[in-house]
Amino acid sequence: MLVQLVGMGAPLAILNTESKKGLALVGAPLGYVVLMLAVPLAAILLISFWTQDFQTFDTTPTLNNYREAVTDPLYRELLIRSIRIAGLVTLVTVLLAFPVAYFISFHVAPERKSLWLFLITIPFWTSYLIRVFLWKVILGFNGVINSGLQTVGIIDEPLTFILYNANAVVITLAHAFAPFAILPIFVALEKIDRSLLEASQDLGENRVSTFFRVTLPLAMPGVVAAVLIVFIPTIGDYVTPRLVGGPDGLMIANMIQVQFLRLNNAPMGATLAVIAMLSVSLIALLFVALNRRFLRGSR
Amino acid sequence: MKSLRSYAILYLIFLYAPIALLPIFAFNDATIIAFPLSGFTTQWFTELPQIPALIESVKNSLYIAVITAIISTLLGICAARAAAKYSFRFKRPIMGFIMVPLVLPEIIVAVSLLVILLQLGLSLGAWTVIMGHVLICTPFCIAILNSAFQNLDSAMEEAAIDLGETPWSTFRLVTLPLVSPAIISALLISFTISLDEFIIAFFLTGTEPTLPVYLWSQLRFPARIPVVMALGTILVAGSILLLILAEMMRRRGLRRAGLQDKGGFL
Amino acid sequence: MTALIDLKNVNKYYDDYHALRDVNLEIAQGEFFSLLGPSGCGKTTLLRTIAGFEAPSNGSLHIAGADMNGVPANARPTNMVFQSYAIFPHLSVAENVGFGLRKSQLSKSDKIKSVEEALDMVGLNGFGGRAAHALSGGQRQRVALARALILKPKVLLLDEPLSALDKKLREQMQSELRRLQRQVGITFILVTHDQEEALIMSDRVAVMFDGAIAQLADPQTLYKRPRTRKVGDFIGVMNFLPAHVTDPNKITLDVAGLGTVTIAPEQAPSGTSSGAAEIGIRPEMMSILFEGEPDRGEIAEATIQDRAYYGDMTYYDVHLKNVPEPVTISMKNIIGRPVLEVGETTRVSWDARSLVLFAS
Repeated sequence: MLVQLVGMGAPLAILNTESKKGLALVGAPLGYVVLMLAVPLAAILLISFWTQDFQTFDTTPTLNNYREAVTDPLYRELLIRSIRIAGLVTLVTVLLAFPVAYFISFHVAPERKSLWLFLITIPFWTSYLIRVFLWKVILGFNGVINSGLQTVGIIDEPLTFILYNANAVVITLAHAFAPFAILPIFVALEKIDRSLLEASQDLGENRVSTFFRVTLPLAMPGVVAAVLIVFIPTIGDYVTPRLVGGPDGLMIANMIQVQFLRLNNAPMGATLAVIAMLSVSLIALLFVALNRRFLRGSR
Repeated sequence: MKSLRSYAILYLIFLYAPIALLPIFAFNDATIIAFPLSGFTTQWFTELPQIPALIESVKNSLYIAVITAIISTLLGICAARAAAKYSFRFKRPIMGFIMVPLVLPEIIVAVSLLVILLQLGLSLGAWTVIMGHVLICTPFCIAILNSAFQNLDSAMEEAAIDLGETPWSTFRLVTLPLVSPAIISALLISFTISLDEFIIAFFLTGTEPTLPVYLWSQLRFPARIPVVMALGTILVAGSILLLILAEMMRRRGLRRAGLQDKGGFL
Repeated sequence: MTALIDLKNVNKYYDDYHALRDVNLEIAQGEFFSLLGPSGCGKTTLLRTIAGFEAPSNGSLHIAGADMNGVPANARPTNMVFQSYAIFPHLSVAENVGFGLRKSQLSKSDKIKSVEEALDMVGLNGFGGRAAHALSGGQRQRVALARALILKPKVLLLDEPLSALDKKLREQMQSELRRLQRQVGITFILVTHDQEEALIMSDRVAVMFDGAIAQLADPQTLYKRPRTRKVGDFIGVMNFLPAHVTDPNKITLDVAGLGTVTIAPEQAPSGTSSGAAEIGIRPEMMSILFEGEPDRGEIAEATIQDRAYYGDMTYYDVHLKNVPEPVTISMKNIIGRPVLEVGETTRVSWDARSLVLFAS
């Protein structure tokens, strides 16, 4: 740190040298995000109040788009379905992930822990597109599951309920977001002071009741984080519903894309995007608020 | 507990199962992805280099990924160092805001960028994709670099200055060597993310598609599926290699600084 | 002779927080000087100001006659041993020690020789090739010392260098540092919160509270004649008794539990006035008169309230007449001396020359 004389006498204002240096340094990434994210998001909000006629925008502010989005059953259905699917994915993913995170935190030697985590995250880093496509291949009419089960003789006719509907979307997304759920729960479990568990047993609890009375409540911040980390991106997913969802499995992102790129109705697309973001934020805030007592006093 | 261990292993198998299919069917001599397997063939692999559109898209992807990695890592270094070293007003909200792209659904990012770019009259192309990718890669770089910069004892930089070095030579001789494994990790991770990213590229690419966008266009043709499997095999193998490299770098960084492994960079 | 380090009216503010208050300090060439005080008293801030990592908000700092205003840390004739030692983990021990020589004009072989000499001086012969991150705490400290001393600074600054070491190692290093300072002959400025350490090692000590120097003196004076109650309480253990000044000219006082006594001027603050005050007396300055021992000094009646046996010493808490708070008396466990029980009455002897008067 270079030393500079900061001036004589009086206490300094909030923008002292250190603060200035810090702000200058963080200015580049901050500026980028403001430019590339805040401004475009504001633009989206703005556009949702406009109407589009082929290539030209009519900039008179109007609530028509919102009115249509809320009243037209098509959009409402889509939004509710998206929330339902995302909710189901989150539930399945987090429930399945918790035992794995618990296993790694409590039953794996410290030197091996990062290896396990590494193995779990590898699939996440491979091409998402390829993975979704693989599920399409797996669940298909002539796909891996059906041909495999038929070859072995377990079924005679191919299963049709596993592809091109909401079920396929749930399975595929649960698979894709599994690592997202494991990591935050693992971090929270690692933070738990092991002597607390010993104290619980010393006071008469068995292993199961210790888990429910001590471990789980202390791990809740991680569970809440996992829920948010899975729910929020899932609800806006485009690729999976498009590839494996069929007509009944489409989600809000697909409709947004259609509005923008096919129907040339950017304002409508923007409106749906704003509504989607608002619903997600609301649900997230609600969830965090409900779990407030677990999050207080953490750290 | 035994059952917990078996569950964890089953879980791992479930995670890897789809990917494991890739090499199986990439070498399968059939155009339908189904059991039972037909013979062994490498024709799908040999076909790959002969598709000009594919080669073009690979070149585009690599170009975009390299530039994205460099820019994101640079921005990440700025942010992580600022966060670790200085305390300034609004620090937490600012850092939180920079990390927001991590939790936003990508379609929102893609769509809003598209709107702005079209309004500004900019033509879509490689650089518009780079802009979008940097937005989502920078938070990852920050996450990786944060722990490296925080583990840096600030007394070390002061000690270097006390011993006569300038701030720049201190950065060069002390800070950089200790942080370079994390920097390489960040470069590799953002490179990988950019290479695989689909939706932003889909919205923001012009006439030069990236590899995922090209892949997408091929998915509707059943005849192309085996070739896609071959391509997928190569992609996945490549990603895994890069990841192992990134992880080795991360561990080496920890060893060099004499620190303990707390289990991954996230 | 002009002082080596001269601070005049130095103040330091962090926003509204007044970290250093009107610090005036002169430190001589070749002194082993300590800054002593509880956490947050400003001693580290002062050290860092001398080093150049903090700039005073006002006031002046001169080192060897040169004004340090605007001079950055890397250009000052000071070097610092940091509390965490700050050893560069990616370099070897030799590379660490020789780090500051990079810009010097020495030839490569001269540099190697310097490093070897420096390692020799701190007792780390042959450690040059070791990886820095594989050293123990005590070894790291020596590397930090060697790394700083190799540059032949005029002043060596040490920021709580021994606080991370265990007791035995600490005592060993205390004598090591004194020996080193005498051998090298330069000024050492040590920051510590451990008053024993400061007293053992230093030529002079500045005791600091709340950003200001409360007393600056050699260890003996500090111990025997603390200027304020706070200093007396911080250095070692001190008993406090309420007193009433009856004659401010002759300095006669009525001390609770002990009686009337006259003390010398150097035992009292200047400008003593009549009225309520306090005296301090060290535990070893009072004695329990056992059966058969001849009377000496002044005598007071007392009752044993508590007792703690430490092997070489026994500490008694005794109640003096009309004094609710017990005073502590330390007695050496000589052969033949009985150990008194709680509740026993006894007589205590004390010397008027050992009292220190504090304004109330």
